[in-house]
Amino acid sequence: MTSRIDQRFAALKAEGRAGLVAYVMAFDPDLETSLEIIKALPAAGADVIEVGFPFSDPMAEGPSIQKAAERGLKAGGSLKGTLDLVARFREADQTTPVILMGYANPVEHMGAEAFATRAKTAGADGVILVDLPPEEDLETRSALGGQGLSLIRLATPTTDAARLPVVLEGVTGFLYYVSVTGVTGARAIGVDAARAAVERLKRSTDLPIAVGFGVRDAQSASAVARAADAVVVGSAFVDVIAKAAADGAPVVEAVSAKVSELARAVRTAREQDKTA
Amino acid sequence: MDARKNWQDLPDASGKFGIYGGRFVPETLMPLVLDLEKAYAAAKADPSFQAEFDDLMTHYVGRPSPLYFAERLTQHFGGAKIYFKRDELNHTGAHKINNCIGQILLARRMGKTRIIAETGAGQHGVASATVSARFGFPCVVYMGAVDVERQKPNVFRMNLLGAEVRPVTSGGATLKDAMNEALRDWVTNVHDTFYIIGTAAGPHPYPMMVRDFQSVIGREARAQILEREGRLPDAVVACIGGGSNAIGLFHPFIADESVKLIGVEAAGEGLDKYNRHAAALAGGKAGVLHGNRTYLLQDDEGQILEGHSISAGLDYPGVGPEHAWLKDTGRAQYLSTTDDEALAAFQLCAQIEGIIPALEPSHALARLGEIAKDLGPDRVVVMNMCGRGDKDIFTVAEALGKKI
Repeated sequence: MTSRIDQRFAALKAEGRAGLVAYVMAFDPDLETSLEIIKALPAAGADVIEVGFPFSDPMAEGPSIQKAAERGLKAGGSLKGTLDLVARFREADQTTPVILMGYANPVEHMGAEAFATRAKTAGADGVILVDLPPEEDLETRSALGGQGLSLIRLATPTTDAARLPVVLEGVTGFLYYVSVTGVTGARAIGVDAARAAVERLKRSTDLPIAVGFGVRDAQSASAVARAADAVVVGSAFVDVIAKAAADGAPVVEAVSAKVSELARAVRTAREQDKTA
Repeated sequence: MDARKNWQDLPDASGKFGIYGGRFVPETLMPLVLDLEKAYAAAKADPSFQAEFDDLMTHYVGRPSPLYFAERLTQHFGGAKIYFKRDELNHTGAHKINNCIGQILLARRMGKTRIIAETGAGQHGVASATVSARFGFPCVVYMGAVDVERQKPNVFRMNLLGAEVRPVTSGGATLKDAMNEALRDWVTNVHDTFYIIGTAAGPHPYPMMVRDFQSVIGREARAQILEREGRLPDAVVACIGGGSNAIGLFHPFIADESVKLIGVEAAGEGLDKYNRHAAALAGGKAGVLHGNRTYLLQDDEGQILEGHSISAGLDYPGVGPEHAWLKDTGRAQYLSTTDDEALAAFQLCAQIEGIIPALEPSHALARLGEIAKDLGPDRVVVMNMCGRGDKDIFTVAEALGKKI
């Protein structure tokens, strides 16, 4: 059986367009609202959903996602709670791939095998652990692989040609290209450099390549979508959630509108190329 | 695994001490830590690097630090002879400078042009600012906003030395959060920045490198006690936060089976008080934080706890990975001291030895009486006096209800 991730990227390829990967934090601003947000994402145009599970020490995150993690923890968020959240989402949606994203310690604490089993049962499809580089991920990757789940690897501007084979070894699902050196959401993406990097990576792998970490608006999303197989947006959505929640405005509507705006940009990016 | 047999081979090629250590960093930093490992190996093999380190140790830091027979404290406890390794007499007032000299020489050798560091009590921040001034590097020190408030004299010292102190307000705004922020800086400024980590923790090669630079403490102590007593000590004792002064003292004695290695953690308000102590080895579980696998104070969901200690330098929820391994193998034993016991030891040492110790080694001092009595009168114990207490007088005054 092909995975939901493979099916989704195959479908995107058939449609001749890039996909939008939308990141939100579980339990932000609270459990039930975050479930409603995640449920609304596919209809708003997200092709893949990344669900952050909150961690006390998110060392690669910029201020937006740090604060989202703090809100999530305050609302009672945890890895277990995030898995339960994904299970509830999966009851109504059998096709949208869900990637869990976070840090190694909560997974280590649960145990790699137990985590893999529970993630499979919940209906997750892949996992990104920011502080678990290839050199340290064998146990977790094997456990996930045993359940048919992908451990998504990251490539960055510092991943040079000598190191790239280490990153690509044994990887499944897709490759996540971190387009800036820095924390999430803090720096604007250099579109030309990111596109050049995607071209370079494409020469070494047949895996789909998603690009993220500095995409905040329709313009940059569109530019990246012309080269990459998918565009990852996180901080921009998390900021909308934070503002709406703080203002007492309807959170699900607000974030759905933002997702729709960026999804349109991603979906139409290559059409502009064709008509230009 | 017998820690005495393969101690010289650790960490292994992947930076592990048994299951501990390793390199748990984002991919952006992986090429950097691999580079650092190569650069450090080359420096270690270069006699001119060691010669410059030694020269600075002698003429800038003031080494060797004395090994002092604490006669009155020995009489007071009525047990083993007590010696202090006087690392509080170093330039900048603590052992932290040993490591900073080593790392700044490496930074210069690697062509880096900017220094960052994290600090809790401010001792490592002051030492980093000092070597940055001495070698002409700009220096940014990350410090929890809570610590900035409770360690104002050290903040001013760092400013005088030309460093920029950036208060960190995320999380609990203490040492752990300062380290998160320093890592965020490093991941952003990968090309020009050298991160001077202050303790024997973080991704490989830091735990090994910091241990090697701090091992000057144990090498000197070993030679000095052999000269003074004609024999090895029966025990060596040091306080443990991240554990850099302790591993520096312990490491040259690991193969000496007769020498007990005793570390003392901060028990804060008591080991039985949830999230109110900083004793990672006594009350933590194996986990992954700040680049390494080690014992960590954490909750049932794997979230890291803030911990607590009256000593800002020990107020950290983790511990260096080599200590985790020494605990599991049984080669070292780890005790703990509460805030109140440390305060009492602080005052005792000031009153009968004329030495005002930092709150950090006061934790080791507090267990010294029992250790000396257990060993008995014909025995010898060496404790590392890793820092002086000038920085702590405001904290101690407040704890004692006195105004200065």
